[in-house]
Amino acid sequence: MEQSWKQAKAVFAGAMGPPLFWLVLFFLVPLGIVWVYSFGQNVGLTEISFTGTFSNYARAIEPLYLKIFAKSAGVAALTTFLCLVLGFPVALAITFAPSRLKAWLLLLVMLPFWTNLLIRTYALIAVLRTEGYINLSLGWLWQKIGGLAPLVGMQPVGAFTPLELLHNNFAVVVGLVYVHLPFMVLPLYSALDRLDRSLLEASLDLGAGHIRTLLVIVVPLALPGIASGVLITFIPALGAYLTPDLLGGPDSQMIANVIERQFKRANDWPFGAAMSFMLLYLTFIAIAVQAMLSRSRGRPT
Amino acid sequence: MSRRSRRPPPGPLEYLRRWPLQAWLAMVGLFLYAPLITLMAFSFNDSKRNIVWQGFTLKYYEKALNNESLVEAFGNSLTIAAVSTVVSLVLGALAALALWRFRFPGKPVVDGAMALPIVVPEICMGVAMLVFFARVLPWPQGLPWPLNLGAIIIAHVSFSFPFVAVVVRARMASFNREMEEAARDLGAGEWRMIRDVIIPHMAPSLVAGALLAFTLSLDDFVITFFTSGPDTVTFPVKVYSMVRFSVTPEVNAASTILIVMTVILTALALRMQGDPAAVSGHGAANAKP
Repeated sequence: MEQSWKQAKAVFAGAMGPPLFWLVLFFLVPLGIVWVYSFGQNVGLTEISFTGTFSNYARAIEPLYLKIFAKSAGVAALTTFLCLVLGFPVALAITFAPSRLKAWLLLLVMLPFWTNLLIRTYALIAVLRTEGYINLSLGWLWQKIGGLAPLVGMQPVGAFTPLELLHNNFAVVVGLVYVHLPFMVLPLYSALDRLDRSLLEASLDLGAGHIRTLLVIVVPLALPGIASGVLITFIPALGAYLTPDLLGGPDSQMIANVIERQFKRANDWPFGAAMSFMLLYLTFIAIAVQAMLSRSRGRPT
Repeated sequence: MSRRSRRPPPGPLEYLRRWPLQAWLAMVGLFLYAPLITLMAFSFNDSKRNIVWQGFTLKYYEKALNNESLVEAFGNSLTIAAVSTVVSLVLGALAALALWRFRFPGKPVVDGAMALPIVVPEICMGVAMLVFFARVLPWPQGLPWPLNLGAIIIAHVSFSFPFVAVVVRARMASFNREMEEAARDLGAGEWRMIRDVIIPHMAPSLVAGALLAFTLSLDDFVITFFTSGPDTVTFPVKVYSMVRFSVTPEVNAASTILIVMTVILTALALRMQGDPAAVSGHGAANAKP
């Protein structure tokens, strides 16, 4: 049983005190200050007066910024969906792998997650750019196949025009999926691993095919794991800064890029603070929705 | 099991032995690893344009190692990661211990507040740190190294120690509380019990937590980007400015060094824990908001 804190006050204070102190001073206070700033106004270059105005929030829901919010949510949702589609079979394969192999496969999924985010993004740039590996291979293939064209009596093909793979929304989604795939696979795996296998065997014995068993038995039972995987992928994707900044074009800005600009270049801290808190509230709403869904599922009907 | 064929056909649930899933795994593996492997391979390529293989060279490693600001950034990153790991480990273990052992009024609130740094978007936390160190607690300028890294270290501890607390607390759930009573009955005092009974039980999660805190710190770009000044550049911030400028083999070389370090660290952690699955667990704990 847990002990009441009164039974060992000194131990309790010694253990809870330092982390709580740190959390309050170096996390909650800074966040609180940003919250206060979001109700302030710029007067002069560095002076900010705290007038309690809601004008920053009013500006944040103007169509221009609302569109960026909607776009960020859309990109994050698409990323999450693609991660789910890519990751589910992987999680399934890992779950039913022999135990030695399972550990190695898990490690293989984890290793990119431990690798520096910036390095992974940089690696993608090298693959996607106009002179990147994809365009280079395609160009090579184009030449080889194009060289054959006259032999079979066709018009000679023109020069290869490289595909525009970088600095657009496509690159941002590829980058986000690349970065967040491990986030999706791990919760899926831990949900699938807890499944009662006899249910799957029963379904197969009773004549359902593999696809039907997956859709009717596995997916409903793994739904809590799927929901947490979706949440864990969606939240960081929604607030992504680096990927849209490095891989995106002028029209692929996400919320985080707008916030960064307010603080670093536009020097409009109150508005940036309001945008930050809008993002924070969106995150909390996503968490609350997930919690509500999982609670309503847990209740017997 | 039939003895006629040497490899029996896949059982109903042996999905890994069915070709569509094997193909899928191979595809995802290619997607995850091909960019990283080409990045590492081309760091040895003797060509400035970095696209066609021109022969083996180590000159970009030489260049990267002679690039003073890059080496300095690398040293800064390692120092920050080491210090913030130690502090996070202490704070995280203490928090886990307190939350595991005691019930007290307001515990749900503390629990929720501890989870906040894990779920708050990086950009919000970066902005908060920027404002805090600009307006509330200006970190003194011109301090000698490594004291000038203080602001970044503080920021890194703030986002890593809750992760350590989660990992350690998950481990403490498997602690048999009767051991505690037995130790008490045998006359162990508070301190003795923590040192000889609780910490040994925590040990594997401390290794996992340390690895997690170290990687989180080494990996962080966004929060550092908002906290660092011109004389406190970390490796990711430096690479960022290099990448914005152009794609050069020098960046490949520096990245390769960091990737190799990551793999070595992982291998060391595996050694210490004996089982790759156990270390993978730290990611699963991380994936739990």
